[in-house]
Amino acid sequence: MKKKSGVQRSKLEATFRYLLLTFVAVTALIPAYIIFAGSFKTQGEFLRSPFGLPLSPSFSGYRAAWTDNFPNWLANSFLIVTGAVIVTEVLAALAAWGFARFPFKGRETILGIMVSLMVVPPVVLLIPLFQLGVELTLISTLRLVILIYVGLMLPFSIYMLTNFFKSIPESILESASIDGASSFKTFKSIVLPLSGAPLATLAVVNLLWAWNELLLALVFLQNNEKKTLMVGITGFQSRYSLDIPTVMAGMSIATLPLVIAYLFGQRFFIAGLTAGSTKGE
Amino acid sequence: MKLTRGKSEAVGVVSRQRPARSSREALIWIAPAAFVILFIFGYSVITVLIQSFRYDGDWVGFENFSIVITDPIFLTALKHNGLLLLAVPVLITLAFIIAIALFETRRGMRFYRSAVFLPYVLPIPVVAVVFGQIYQLHGALNLFLKSIGLDFLAKDWLGDPAIALGTMSSVIIWKEVGFGVILMLAHIISLPNETYEAARIDGAGFWRTHFSITRPAILNTIVFYGVIEAITMVSWVFNYVYVMSNGLGGPGNATMVSELYIYRSAFQNKAPELAAAAAVFLFIATLVLMIAFFRIQRRSIAGTFNK
Repeated sequence: MKKKSGVQRSKLEATFRYLLLTFVAVTALIPAYIIFAGSFKTQGEFLRSPFGLPLSPSFSGYRAAWTDNFPNWLANSFLIVTGAVIVTEVLAALAAWGFARFPFKGRETILGIMVSLMVVPPVVLLIPLFQLGVELTLISTLRLVILIYVGLMLPFSIYMLTNFFKSIPESILESASIDGASSFKTFKSIVLPLSGAPLATLAVVNLLWAWNELLLALVFLQNNEKKTLMVGITGFQSRYSLDIPTVMAGMSIATLPLVIAYLFGQRFFIAGLTAGSTKGE
Repeated sequence: MKLTRGKSEAVGVVSRQRPARSSREALIWIAPAAFVILFIFGYSVITVLIQSFRYDGDWVGFENFSIVITDPIFLTALKHNGLLLLAVPVLITLAFIIAIALFETRRGMRFYRSAVFLPYVLPIPVVAVVFGQIYQLHGALNLFLKSIGLDFLAKDWLGDPAIALGTMSSVIIWKEVGFGVILMLAHIISLPNETYEAARIDGAGFWRTHFSITRPAILNTIVFYGVIEAITMVSWVFNYVYVMSNGLGGPGNATMVSELYIYRSAFQNKAPELAAAAAVFLFIATLVLMIAFFRIQRRSIAGTFNK
């Protein structure tokens, strides 16, 4: 008797759980669906039934979106993200090795300060860097944006890699130093090959951040041809406010690389995002 | 964790023999990154500080600060950042409930997890544009509400100053909750099985078990997530507001936040000194949160060594 009621209760709980999760999943997916379905609709169709399937798919939205400076923006986003992610990866790996391998006075404090730099609002950095950019005539150049992105991504990257490097067993490193390998050689031939997963994780997290960044790109890339995709789309919205399918098509193109990266690299996304938390090492 | 501890002790012995060499070598490895960080953060923060005390090249003391702090728009912006902080407990509660629902689910767990996490991956500008459409007066949400007979709930979600900020925060919650779910779920999965055995023997119910056992067990992750989200609400909401209000913080100043105030002062009103003063205020606010963050990190570092 008692057991039966327990079973009933757990059945009820399971039903409730699935209802809850289904509701959450639908809420989470609907906006992505609206973008994607909307990009194949006509304006009238979108306004009449935003939730419906595009019954007679039209590609005019994509055609309109693709003209304009869209290919330029896409290329800029690719260049900036690739450049910034690679430079960050290299600088962060070197610095993290320095922190993990060579104890020095104040190491923990410096590492702690670096961690807290992650929370400095970018808007605080905006004005001085912009004025400097004007003086050096670096506004609307991809170089400056890449440099700023690298600076903003470094603290988290160093923190994460330091944690990983510290966890490499001493015995492995010792055997190398007995062989007389220099510390650079140890780093290159032993540490880096062991670090594939954390480096990939870091690349994914940084890629996500840089691809989606708006504020700095908005301020530092004013020339229409030099804009990133995110800045471009933001302007799209007001320019094509009467042509929603075009806006949706533009956003589909901007989102697709990310969604694909997410679906294939989900493991790395999750590992990277939990790496910052206290228990996620 | 044991390996790490063994290693750092061994390194410690070496360093006592040759401390100077060790720190010199560390410097070589760290220097390139340190140079970039010092330039981006160090230079900017110092320049902003100096600029906040000047006007047109002259030293004006605290004048910029007193102008900014008596500006009703800036005060409104600060108040809105404060109100957005109210979303943090909502985020924590939702993320916790979803995380334990996922934890208890075997079939379909991977699908639900991918779905729940997707919003966190989408670009904020894209999210903001879509929700801008959904929340229109004749947009998707109101169409849906009318179709199920809830006409009285249909509102001008972004056009009504009384609810625009609430609408905005619902978008932020929608996007940020997945991050909390992933953090908490990762921690819950890593908990040892015995944690739950006593509760199972007692026949404690599902919610009760998780509220009285899981919640305290993952408390540091919950606090970590709370701090991260608090920082987000104070210093990372620019993207949402900028896109959803077309860069204006409207209707009226209903969605003005401090980041947008700084941006507009600097680039639309051409008053970089006032923007710098406002930025210093914002910086101090995040400094407080930063110290909280720092202490949590330190405690967790100490925690791993004491285990």
